[in-house]
Amino acid sequence: MSGAHKSFLERTARQRIADLLDADSFMEFLPPSERHFSPHLPVLGQPVAFDDGIVIGDGFLAGAKVLIAAQEPAFMGGSVGEIHGAKLTGLLERAVQQRPAAVLLLLDTGGVRLHEANAGLIAISEIQRAVFDVRQAGIPVIVLIGGSNGCYGGIGIVAKCCDHMIISEEGRLSVSGPEVIEAAKGVEEFDARDRALVWRTMGGKHRYLMGDADLIVPDDVNAFRDAAISLLGASRPLTLESVMQEHAALQDRMQRFSDCADATQIWQALGVADAKNVPLAEIPEFLEMSAHVRREEHA
Amino acid sequence: MQTLEFEVGPCANPDRSIGSGLVGVVGSGNLEVLFEPADLNDKVKFVIATSVHGFDETWHAVTRSCAERYRLANLVITINDAGATPAVVSLRLMQAVEEFRGGL
Repeated sequence: MSGAHKSFLERTARQRIADLLDADSFMEFLPPSERHFSPHLPVLGQPVAFDDGIVIGDGFLAGAKVLIAAQEPAFMGGSVGEIHGAKLTGLLERAVQQRPAAVLLLLDTGGVRLHEANAGLIAISEIQRAVFDVRQAGIPVIVLIGGSNGCYGGIGIVAKCCDHMIISEEGRLSVSGPEVIEAAKGVEEFDARDRALVWRTMGGKHRYLMGDADLIVPDDVNAFRDAAISLLGASRPLTLESVMQEHAALQDRMQRFSDCADATQIWQALGVADAKNVPLAEIPEFLEMSAHVRREEHA
Repeated sequence: MQTLEFEVGPCANPDRSIGSGLVGVVGSGNLEVLFEPADLNDKVKFVIATSVHGFDETWHAVTRSCAERYRLANLVITINDAGATPAVVSLRLMQAVEEFRGGL
């Protein structure tokens, strides 16, 4: 690691990009001055953002050319509107043409923007298709999750369609968010205000133990940067065989852990010696606790 | 939403060195401020879209005070506001001046 500690969680989308890439190498596409904002929000009397809550462009990571996108957490929960989604799709389509060393997606979102839900949902499917095109071209798509909104909804699905995922302990990944589950299934099923429960069920450590995330890092932009550098050039095959393997692994997970009422029981079943202390462990200690699980389950 | 558009200045001894850029985020109680140089005969044009109605006079006072304090000139300053207080607006404008000074 290099430089002073800079919290990934607390930074804006623009700051995250500036600190993640090589110094002063970022070139923004469709910058705020071009005013590509949502056409739907003014109709609803809502304020717009000139970048529609996502920053896209290219730059260098350890000297390698990359394309990068970062969702802005503070603008409408990082939500995906029509323009927001189109910018992300366009960036991915550009990657197929330009063949960068990787595409980095800094995801921080509750999912589709409900104010423009139909356009947002279509955008999600376009993004997903574009991700597969990039992967088919052999260019790794690397997801970084460590923001305040977590990574939810359709973008949670997109995240798992990519090659690699780097997550922090603070990061969360799921499809339905805590409030959605509570609203649909009741507080007995899931208490959205129980933050420890939320993180046990959807947080970075759980995702790492389950093999959903490839790397877990402390909440530090430099740690994310180092992790992203380590994944440059490493693309995962996208074949019928790899998809079938993924399906089999998910089915196996359902069967193995269907009796577990809490993530702690899953960690125990995975053989984590001190499962109750997983949430409290600092990342280096957690990596030691989880090393054999990663080796035996997700090699 | 309410949109305000007005010009301020010109002021004495204008500082023409301020470049373009964006500060802030359109989050609750916050705003984004876009600075763009333009030939306006040393005036400053404000274009403000705010989610809170009826604060025209406050916007005029805060923006004029900032323009005069920093001797702003030849700028279009566009603001997307999600209910920021006058103090936050002042701070964002100050931040933009600090970050973009010497940018031309």
